[in-house]
Amino acid sequence: MFDQIGLIFSTLVRGLPVTIAATLGGIALTVVLSFVAGLALLAPSRTVRFLSRVYVEGFRGTSEMVQLFWIYFVLPVLVGFELVPLFAGILVLGLNHGAYGAEIVRGAVQSVPKAQYEGAIALSLSPAQRMLRVILPQAVVEMLPSFNNLFIQLLKSTALLYFISAEELTERGQLLAPSLPIAQLVPIYVIELLFYLLLAVLITVGMRALERVGARRLGRRAPRRRSTPPVTAGGV
Amino acid sequence: MDSHQPLSDAQAGTATADREMIRFDKVVKRFGDNVVLNELDFTVSPGEFVTLIGPSGSGKTTILRLLMTLEKVDGGTIQVDGEYLSHMERGGKLVPADEKHLRKVRRHIGMVFQQFNLFPNMKVLQNITEAPMRVLGKSRAEAEERGRELLEMVGLSEKVDAHPSQLSGGQQQRVAIARALAMEPDVLLLDEVTSALDPELVAGVLAVLKDIATSTEITFLCVTHEMQFAKDVSDRVIMFDHGQVVEEAVPEKLFTSPEHERTREFLHAVIDREV
Repeated sequence: MFDQIGLIFSTLVRGLPVTIAATLGGIALTVVLSFVAGLALLAPSRTVRFLSRVYVEGFRGTSEMVQLFWIYFVLPVLVGFELVPLFAGILVLGLNHGAYGAEIVRGAVQSVPKAQYEGAIALSLSPAQRMLRVILPQAVVEMLPSFNNLFIQLLKSTALLYFISAEELTERGQLLAPSLPIAQLVPIYVIELLFYLLLAVLITVGMRALERVGARRLGRRAPRRRSTPPVTAGGV
Repeated sequence: MDSHQPLSDAQAGTATADREMIRFDKVVKRFGDNVVLNELDFTVSPGEFVTLIGPSGSGKTTILRLLMTLEKVDGGTIQVDGEYLSHMERGGKLVPADEKHLRKVRRHIGMVFQQFNLFPNMKVLQNITEAPMRVLGKSRAEAEERGRELLEMVGLSEKVDAHPSQLSGGQQQRVAIARALAMEPDVLLLDEVTSALDPELVAGVLAVLKDIATSTEITFLCVTHEMQFAKDVSDRVIMFDHGQVVEEAVPEKLFTSPEHERTREFLHAVIDREV
């Protein structure tokens, strides 16, 4: 019994590097695409706004799994060029979550008070300086909680890479399951869930640290780590 | 819109007695169906301190916002120191200004806002040095030295490294004044700069402004409800109503013996409220 838990654990652990690589790669691409597409949604040019809108609605409104099949199975047929599973996965995760992220960026930029733009105009800052020096540094702090959500969803979406045999966590479990007695399904899936939970918590810890840095930069009080129970006067 | 003299001629004129720092020529501004300014004409001389008074909705703040290029005119022209503000010359004709032209003419003008509009992502000194470094091309050392001087002038030397959010409203507004001055404006627009302050903080801000007004060559255009301040510092007071000049005079005259009934009513209402 214990031997098998060890086997399950060590097999699943070997899936972690791909899951982590896909998550980090996906997050990196998501961030880049979110800012490019999000700022493009606010561009003065109608054409730029339209193109960005097509990207956002296209990737947000279609199945992530079908997108993955397109990039991994259909694209090679069309262009004769095959991607490594991990890269195909990162590409789809980034493209898909970048479409959601674009709306986060757009919303946060629009939430910065108009008075900040006007203050920057009154100092003759150029449009690019206004955005980069005044608006984005404030908007980014507002984006962090939403990006935390998005990154956790991206992490869980890496399970889709099972379908293109990237050898990540979920796939390791699926491959292991048939070779073990049915009773062992419980530890397999419990450990899988705990691994995902652990990674999600790590993402949250990192993002909360960034939130505290951001709050400090804006001269706000950092969000509290934990709410302390109110001190009540008098004994019970 | 075609009979205006070319920009270069106006610029060529050196400082003469009748040089105009600000010129509104039949300026029209509408918000939807609401005509805020209706063919408004008025001028301000270099170094003059002009206060605009009038009931809310009379277009005073709109005048400042047009000068700061935060709004676009719907008709007529505005010139600052002989340069067209919302228009530019192209092929002998006046056309609406593009962003490049706006950035050029904007540099002559600074503005202090009712709500301060300090940048929360920058500390106090950086709020002041940011634009001189990035727009005027000053070195960091130069900009910071000037920034510290200005902070001393507004009495906030010890707040160099504070976040704007750690300051009181009055202190924030004094930083905003220092920030505007760091850009060396020819014209400084004051938009109800004490309206958002707690009463006990108003005097400090007004004292700083009075100091600057008397010690610099800057031309001031001021919208305020502080009548005593207007009386003390203004060279001229203009009473507005419905986007038109009702009357204008030196403060002693306008506040004590206004010619128009509308001005009298307004002053009564404001002074009653203050007491």
